[in-house]
Amino acid sequence: MKTLQILGSGCANCARLAGNTEAAATQLGMEFTIEKVTDMQAIVRAGVMKTPALVVDGKVRLFGRVPDVAELKTILSDLV
Amino acid sequence: MASPAGKAYEMKVENNRQARQPMALGSAAWIAAGVAAWWLIYRQLSPFADWFSFTLLRLSPATHLGSAVQFMVFETPKVLMLLLLVVFGVGIVRSFFTPQHTRAILAGTRESVGNVLASLLGVVTPFCSCSAVPLFIGFVTTGVPLGVTFSFLIAAPMINEVALVLLFGLFGWRVAAIYAGTGLLIAMIAGWTIGRLRMERYVEPWVYETQMGDSADDSAKLSWTERIHLGREAVRDIVGKVWPYVIAGIAVGAGIHGYVPQNFMAHIMGKGAWWSVPLAVLIGVPMYSNAAGIIPVVQALLQKGAALGTVLAFMMSVIGLSFPETIILRKVLRPQLIAAFVGVVTLGILIVGYLFNVLM
Repeated sequence: MKTLQILGSGCANCARLAGNTEAAATQLGMEFTIEKVTDMQAIVRAGVMKTPALVVDGKVRLFGRVPDVAELKTILSDLV
Repeated sequence: MASPAGKAYEMKVENNRQARQPMALGSAAWIAAGVAAWWLIYRQLSPFADWFSFTLLRLSPATHLGSAVQFMVFETPKVLMLLLLVVFGVGIVRSFFTPQHTRAILAGTRESVGNVLASLLGVVTPFCSCSAVPLFIGFVTTGVPLGVTFSFLIAAPMINEVALVLLFGLFGWRVAAIYAGTGLLIAMIAGWTIGRLRMERYVEPWVYETQMGDSADDSAKLSWTERIHLGREAVRDIVGKVWPYVIAGIAVGAGIHGYVPQNFMAHIMGKGAWWSVPLAVLIGVPMYSNAAGIIPVVQALLQKGAALGTVLAFMMSVIGLSFPETIILRKVLRPQLIAAFVGVVTLGILIVGYLFNVLM
């Protein structure tokens, strides 16, 4: 079970990253939960200065950009 | 004699190098071929537009319609191609700069030097106003002075690659350079001024209590293939978003090319009207648009006799000071500091506007 978190203030890019990540994880057949983190203090505590960011099991894997589903699949499958 | 383990290691390094070389060469060759093709097509745009408008459609260059069509057919691909090239290049340059990297540079500099560096880094560090808050906290809690942080926050949106391309494409390198140069100056001086005002106590107290976490900064480790990928991603994101505005802008330009009388705007926004600069700023500050959206307006204003300083001031106040960004920053700044920020930047824009109306 992977915990996926999307860090960001809720802007359009965050929604796109959340959508792409969910699609990638589903296509990989992963077991996962996904949640959005919009609390600024939590974002900063994670060390993220450019949103949106993808956090997997508490570790920042990606920040500041929105990769497409194919690239997210590679990122996520490297972790399994 | 080297140990077997050492030999194995050497071989591995050798292999790595071999594996890497063709990759780098391959991408370099692709880029070179791409730029060459770009240049060849770019040079054909003007003859093509002439041929299309005057030979194929048999319009006369002397008529309003003829010159408007020629303008549209030439400018649209020209500006889109410039945009493509610059956004791709900027995307690659930005893959070398992350906020972490920029912060590390700025945390170790003195204030005045810091203001200059922060303004310059604001141009090349990827930034979007939705990340203004985490970036602000990340900077000030790790020792970047408040005024230096502001220099960065002012320069980052103000000097925008899309705006520069459009200014260069439609008005020439001089206007583009003036815009970038004065924008940088405003960021440096406004940030420095905010630093002198000693307004640290108007930062929300929780900001300084926040512990900035560590996160991996792997920008130095990226391969060229990955950097090129990032460049292409920037093209997809940015050009994909702004192209309708660009076309709209050129259409406005084409529309007024022959139809609206010259000097239509001269009365209201010309050099003679002293109140034109403050009026432009007053209208511009609450307005919010992306750089691409504002260019059509700028195009229309300049062509119809508005003064350059007035138009610069208008553009800077729309792009550089945005209402949504101040709302976002309100989370970390008290109203006094927001007022100082907006006030100092507005003053800077006013000075630039007047200066250019007097000089040019």
